[in-house]
Amino acid sequence: MAHSLVPVTPRWPSVAAATLVLLLTIGTLGAVAWRAKWAGGLAPADWAAVRFTIVQALLSAAISVVLAIPVARALARRRFRGRQLLITLLGAPFLLPVIVAVLGLLAVFGRGGVLNDVLTSLGFSPVSIFGMHGVLLAHVFFNLPLAIRFILQGWLSIPSERFRLAATLNAPVGRLLEWPMLRVVLPGTFLVIFLICLTSFAVALTMGGGPRATTIELAIYQAVRFDFDLGKAALLACVQFGLCVGAAMLALRITADDVTGAGMDRVVQRWDVARAGIDYAWIIAAALFLLVPLGMVVLRGLPGIFDLPDTIWAAALRSITVAIGSAVLCVSMALALALRGGGLTAIVGVLPLAASGLVVGTGAFLIVFPFVRPADVALFVTLLVNATLALPFALRAIGPAAAQVNADYGRLGKSLGISGWAWVRLIVLPRMRKPLGFATGLAAALSMGDLGVIALFAGQAEETLPLAMYRLMGAYRMETAASAALLLLSLSLLLFWICDRGGRANADV
Amino acid sequence: MKNTTYLPLAAGLALCATSALAETPVLQVMTYDSFVTEWGPGPAIEAAFEANCACDLQFVGTGDGAALLARLQLEGPRTEADIVLGLDTNLTAAARETGLFAPHGVAAEFDLPIAWTDAEFLPFDWGYFAFVGNAGEAQATSLRDLADSDLKIVIQDPRSSTPGLGLLMWVKTAYPDDAATIWADLSDNIVTVTSGWSEAYGMFLEGEADAVLSYTTSPAYHLIAEEDDSKVAWAFDEGHYMQVEVAGKVAGTDQPELADAFLAFIVSDAFQSVIPTTNWMYPAVTPAEGLPAGFETLMTPETSLLLSPEDAAALRDGALDEWRTALSQ
Repeated sequence: MAHSLVPVTPRWPSVAAATLVLLLTIGTLGAVAWRAKWAGGLAPADWAAVRFTIVQALLSAAISVVLAIPVARALARRRFRGRQLLITLLGAPFLLPVIVAVLGLLAVFGRGGVLNDVLTSLGFSPVSIFGMHGVLLAHVFFNLPLAIRFILQGWLSIPSERFRLAATLNAPVGRLLEWPMLRVVLPGTFLVIFLICLTSFAVALTMGGGPRATTIELAIYQAVRFDFDLGKAALLACVQFGLCVGAAMLALRITADDVTGAGMDRVVQRWDVARAGIDYAWIIAAALFLLVPLGMVVLRGLPGIFDLPDTIWAAALRSITVAIGSAVLCVSMALALALRGGGLTAIVGVLPLAASGLVVGTGAFLIVFPFVRPADVALFVTLLVNATLALPFALRAIGPAAAQVNADYGRLGKSLGISGWAWVRLIVLPRMRKPLGFATGLAAALSMGDLGVIALFAGQAEETLPLAMYRLMGAYRMETAASAALLLLSLSLLLFWICDRGGRANADV
Repeated sequence: MKNTTYLPLAAGLALCATSALAETPVLQVMTYDSFVTEWGPGPAIEAAFEANCACDLQFVGTGDGAALLARLQLEGPRTEADIVLGLDTNLTAAARETGLFAPHGVAAEFDLPIAWTDAEFLPFDWGYFAFVGNAGEAQATSLRDLADSDLKIVIQDPRSSTPGLGLLMWVKTAYPDDAATIWADLSDNIVTVTSGWSEAYGMFLEGEADAVLSYTTSPAYHLIAEEDDSKVAWAFDEGHYMQVEVAGKVAGTDQPELADAFLAFIVSDAFQSVIPTTNWMYPAVTPAEGLPAGFETLMTPETSLLLSPEDAAALRDGALDEWRTALSQ
């Protein structure tokens, strides 16, 4: 690194982060494979699952990204009251536990849902939500928020000077500024959503209407739980990782280099803001699609929210603690990796997305079981796994900003001889407050809602809020569970909002 | 100097504390999640058993019944569990194959619709699978009738859920040679297949289907806990497949006496009287005070269907293929 153009930061944080990610993804897979009795390869039904998984993931990612572009552009160039609140709320579906989101969607699109009520009252026949279109609808519902946020960030990262220049020259903003930005942002966004949908299980099965909607993750589930064939589970997990690495390489190849260059970080003022109607139509459509099902979750949960049993509050407190710890760890790892960059970071940054939750949990269980009681380390393992699973999102949120800092200030820093912690503290952190706040909030909220490995480890005393909610449902307490879901949603959003806000305080935007 | 003076004393105290703890033997019972929650049977059973055993009864919850078996297989002979509680007869053959279980040695007058002879697995409760719908609405009268009707149902995936596996066995037992036809005819009745019981039941309560695969005892929950008599279980002419939930003693237990005491406790009134209104199943031995008020309103099938653990294990994979092929059309 002697000839590097950027100031030298210590190597160990990025190495430690990469090691943890590899241990929890490839390492857990290895633990499962090592324990397996190898019986045979994949059956035709498994390959059918692989095909279905790829098709639905491609379609889900494509639709999410295509729809997110106009919404993100509208949000980037319009200013209205409550815009910031709306942007925060639009992120909520991504943070919801699966079952809560599915029930929210069904309250709108299901047999007894709002949509069918309207259709039948207008004399149309009701529509069924279940099938491939249901899978896509649910995946777009989950991932459109993420796509909007990532693409919106791309828009906001175009320096205002460029827009001013374009306006003075009366140059086409779309071709000169926006398209090159999209060429940078879209492949990565598509990749992340493709990988999220690649490991989908309960959503695909429930909304897909039956076993034809069997995904790889469900096949893994069957291998572990129904056949106890760990070898097959490991093989299927390898297929998932193979798809992940292949897709990541492809995305990396077609991602354009960032060509916008340095700016002064000022508020973007747009001169090309005609056709406000179309922008607002997109914003309203996205808000309706994402917020009405959320409204249903709120309505279902409100009646019992003050009668929740003490154990739920205790579980909530535990979840918050784990979420904060995991967010801090996650963002530290992301920062270390982002400042280093390189190919390993690109791979490590997407690997967790392709990790099968069940294989990670089972592998982690096999690794710790010989040494400690799994319940004793339940929360610690959950913290590590949640931090790792959120890493790709945090990395994506802060990666461009880190590259920008290196590009814009690297030579200056180098010539001034600033390096190590001083470089990070004086130059990097102040430049990156916004994306760091966003990434911390995202990691914390994701950790809040994640059921993840805790179900395999936790006893009664280690119960987190999502687990407590599932257990309520398992005991017929659907209404109490709905209130717990509302509490979970509120806490996730609150954590996200505080961190995101913290990153913005005293900033220009 | 002060520190050195007090050090042996502190160490002595610490030793005393450890040995005092060690004197309370711990009995570990591995079970499914919903057994150990504050709404499940766990807390009352723990209190009742600890009142007499001079021990510490610890429950370890692990997802549902199928997860329980997978967990046991993962842990293998190194498991710290002394008792495994919550497997059903569709899983006991695989559990027996692990070689981890010892005979239970308990003789009791079981109130089961079938004779019980298993030497290793002791039943603690049981129920019938059934489709649960809304009172006063159209009902199906048999699996065949349901398949021919326009009624909509939600079921669970046999690969990830014990009720889902139960329905697979139900259809296979009622129609040994025509199971594939029944599934093909049922496919347009099935709104969707969920990964677990909770999702399916939640969807039914939200009005997504006319009925959900659950238990004949499910209406008892609504009646007793919510004073709501709007749910009914549909009685089917072919009979209803049973779920018998069992407990077993881990052969390598370090607390054999306590484990035996717990197995004997399982068939006692103190354990059995907790079951109906916490696990919402029938007790394996009806307690002296009988079943709680409300249970007499439940539908009781005329024919009970149940495969032996060995038959269930032998039929399982073929039945799953039929199911998947029929529902993937």
